[in-house]
Formats: sequence, structure tokens, C-alpha cells
Amino acid sequence: MSQTYFTEDHEWIKVENGVATVGITDYAQEQLGDLVFVELPETGATLSKGDTAVVVESVKAASDVYAPVDGEVAEVNDALTGDPALVNSAPTGDGWLWKMKLADESQLEGLMDEAAYKASIA
Amino acid sequence: MSDTKPQKHLPLEALHEDANARFGTFAGWRMPLTYPAGVMKEHLHTRESAGLFDISHMQLFEVEGAGAADFLSRACPIDAAALKEGQSKYTVLLNENAGIIDDLIVTRLGENRFMVVANAGNADKDEAHFRAIATAFEVSLTPLERVLLALQGPEAEAAMIAAGLDLSDLTFMTGTEPRKGWFAARSGYTGEDGFEVALPVDEAERFVRTLLDDERVQWVGLAARDSLRLEAGLCLHGQDLDENTDPASAAILWAVPKALREKGQFIGAEALQKIIADGAREKRVGLKPEGRQPVRAGALLINEAGERVGRVTSGGFGPSAGHPVAMGYVAKPLSAPGTRLFTEVRGNRIALDVHPLPFTPQRYKKG
Repeated sequence: MSQTYFTEDHEWIKVENGVATVGITDYAQEQLGDLVFVELPETGATLSKGDTAVVVESVKAASDVYAPVDGEVAEVNDALTGDPALVNSAPTGDGWLWKMKLADESQLEGLMDEAAYKASIA
Repeated sequence: MSDTKPQKHLPLEALHEDANARFGTFAGWRMPLTYPAGVMKEHLHTRESAGLFDISHMQLFEVEGAGAADFLSRACPIDAAALKEGQSKYTVLLNENAGIIDDLIVTRLGENRFMVVANAGNADKDEAHFRAIATAFEVSLTPLERVLLALQGPEAEAAMIAAGLDLSDLTFMTGTEPRKGWFAARSGYTGEDGFEVALPVDEAERFVRTLLDDERVQWVGLAARDSLRLEAGLCLHGQDLDENTDPASAAILWAVPKALREKGQFIGAEALQKIIADGAREKRVGLKPEGRQPVRAGALLINEAGERVGRVTSGGFGPSAGHPVAMGYVAKPLSAPGTRLFTEVRGNRIALDVHPLPFTPQRYKKG
């Protein structure tokens, strides 16, 4: 059983068994434009909510992606190193960014569900 | 840019809205940055077919009068009297220190008539500068209200002909007035063959719609305009050129004929002569970052020992080059292609090599 949450910074967080997969939303990738480079965190790194976890670079500019909650980086999407455009073509699928072990699941309570997120960008 | 000034709008803004452009502010103008195709496809389309750019933010000035050539030869390091009718010339406006106020294209339209195309962000400053100089000459300076379009790419000539404007007689850096109130030049800012066409605002929508009916033609936004010009090794004033850089350091001395440097008729001539005699201390070069990570404007360049040796003035990703591209200023001894330099981006050291410009071959139609 998994559940997906959303942030005001246009990230999605899919939680399964205490592990969160994080990516950016379709809306976010559209705003950013074609990505040419993704800087991923180190596996094992400890992130606090609000830390810069990933930097995504488009042709024109670099943008930070923040850790939506506290946790430890369990895995990063290495496929993005060779093919950063996956974030554009499949932002909620193969274009995921990193997975993290949640330090405090109660932090998820402050996040939006899909309906609330969709309303926020409408 | 000043926040107090109202944002300026392109005359054809509604057409860009219809094309679902994403807008951003540039030099005080609300400009289309990208269209739904996206910067990568727009960039590649320009190199493969024909990209249409609305560059009406740029300012045209008509310079007319018995003293027009003398006036321009004072304001810019060019021999305006020696320009043939229809000939265009890339030049600059210099201050007394040979600092670059703006870069321009000047085209001779007739015996006593010239067209000057200036950058949007510098238009007011240029006009004031021109007017101050003009008082000493028999000349009038008229800013023109036009839509300015660029059609760039290997299919540009054929698409223009299909749209009823045959400019095939023009060669690179020549211009003409094909219709009343129109001005067309074979020039651009992409490294490709192509044209820049200024036309009256009330005729523009129809002409644009005709161009866009051609499947070879697609809108291209400011984002791809920047990646195209950077690959082509062309300078953006305000980034790669400014009042603290001079034509020698900027590696655009080719635009300042040697005879003129010595004759010293233009503003800044004395300072430029001195800079050339003493040797410029830094030089603008192309830079190729190693790997995939772009290096952006403002990044500091260091040598192996970590000493500061230069700065990046433009940088991004080159969709045609297939790798990050940049340009910047480095200490003269480090300006040879292949010289290895470094920068730090978010704590990571990235190697860059001085690289010849352009990154992609220029494909102008020369005479």
C-alpha cells in the first residue's frame, strides 16, 4: 500500500514501508524546461526538511529541489546521470530523483494530497 | 533593470500568447522565452530548418543627413563613408576609455542614410549618447517603431521566398529596403544563414502568419536565442561585453580596422590605441566544461593552484554541441585553446578547457 503526497515546491513523495521516493511534478518539469544535468545527493547522506537535496539544471538555469521531510538517502536515480531528460519525459515515473528512509513519518501530515495539489496549481 | 518602469510589450504579444509561449522579462520587455516545443527542440529546429524570432525589443535608428557618415565615424570605430550602399557592419559604441557602451549593426541605405540596430537594454543610453554627439553634425537620428523579426536557419531563404519576400540577392552582412517602411538584412544571432526583417507594425501580423503557415517555420524563444548565439561564439552585451571591457580584451578587434585605430577619429580611439600598445591583460575565450554540468555566468575561473585567473560571462548547455558551452575572460597567457582551467560549482571542482569559438560551425551565405 503506497500513498503519494505533494509539496508547495512541486515535489511528489511516494511512501512505501517507511521509504519515500521523491521527484518533481509534471507541472514543475514543464516550468523548468529541458533538463540537461541533475546533481544527485550521496547515498547515505542525511537530509533535513528544506535542505537542497538535488540540483536540476535546464539549458538556461539551475534550480534546487529541497528535501520535503527529514531522512537518510537510501538510493538515487543513477539513470539521470546519462539521461537527465527522463525528468521531463517521465517526471512521476522513470524520472524519480531519490529515495529516502523517513526519520519522522509524522512530517508527512503537513503535505498535500493529489487533489489539494492539483487545486493549488489550477 | 529599473523596477519602476512599466514593462514593455511586443506589438505581436497576442500572437505569442496564442502560440502558448512562456514569458519572462528581458531588458524591461515581456518576452517569449520558450514555446511548447521547448528550448532544445527550438534550438535544433533553427539549425535544421528555420526558426522565427520576434526581436522587436531591439531598437532601430535611422540616421540621415549630409553629416551622417561623419557622425557615425565619430560615434563608432567604423569608416562609414567607405561602406557601400547595402553593406552592413558590426560595430560598437565606445566611451572615452574604450569601454563598450553597446554593440550595433550599421547598414548603409543611401548616400546620406544609415540604419542602426541596437540592443534593447541599451536603447535609451545609446540614444542619449548618439544625440550628444549629433549636435556637432548635420544629422538627424530617428528611433523607428517597427516589428523586428529574425528568420534563421538553412531554410530561411526558401521560406522568405514562399512568404513573398525574395531576399536571395542579399549576401551575409548586406541589407536592403524591400518595401516602403521595411528593412531587411542577411544577418542574425545564431551562426546560421538567415535574415532580420523590420516592418511596419500594421503589416506584421499578416506577414508572420504567412511565414508560420510554412511547416519549415517555427517560433523560437529567447532561451534558444541565447543557446544558439553562445554556440556561435557571439557576444551578449551586458554579459560578455560592457563598459568595463574593451574591443581588444573582448577579442572583437576584427571589427575595428587597423587604419582607423591609428587615425583616431572615433571616441575612445586614444584609449584603445594605448590598450593595444600595452597589450590587453585579459582576453575573451570559449570554454568547454568537462562532463555534463553547465557552468554559468558569474562563475570564477581558477588555475590548478586555486588562484583566480578569470570569470565566466555566459554559460549553459549547447543543444547542437551536445555538451555544456561557455565563454569568459581569462588572463592573456591562459587564452590559448586547450589551456586547462577550473571553476567551482556548489563545492565541486569542474575542469574547463579554453576552446576555439564558435562551438558550432557558422554557416553564413557569404558573397
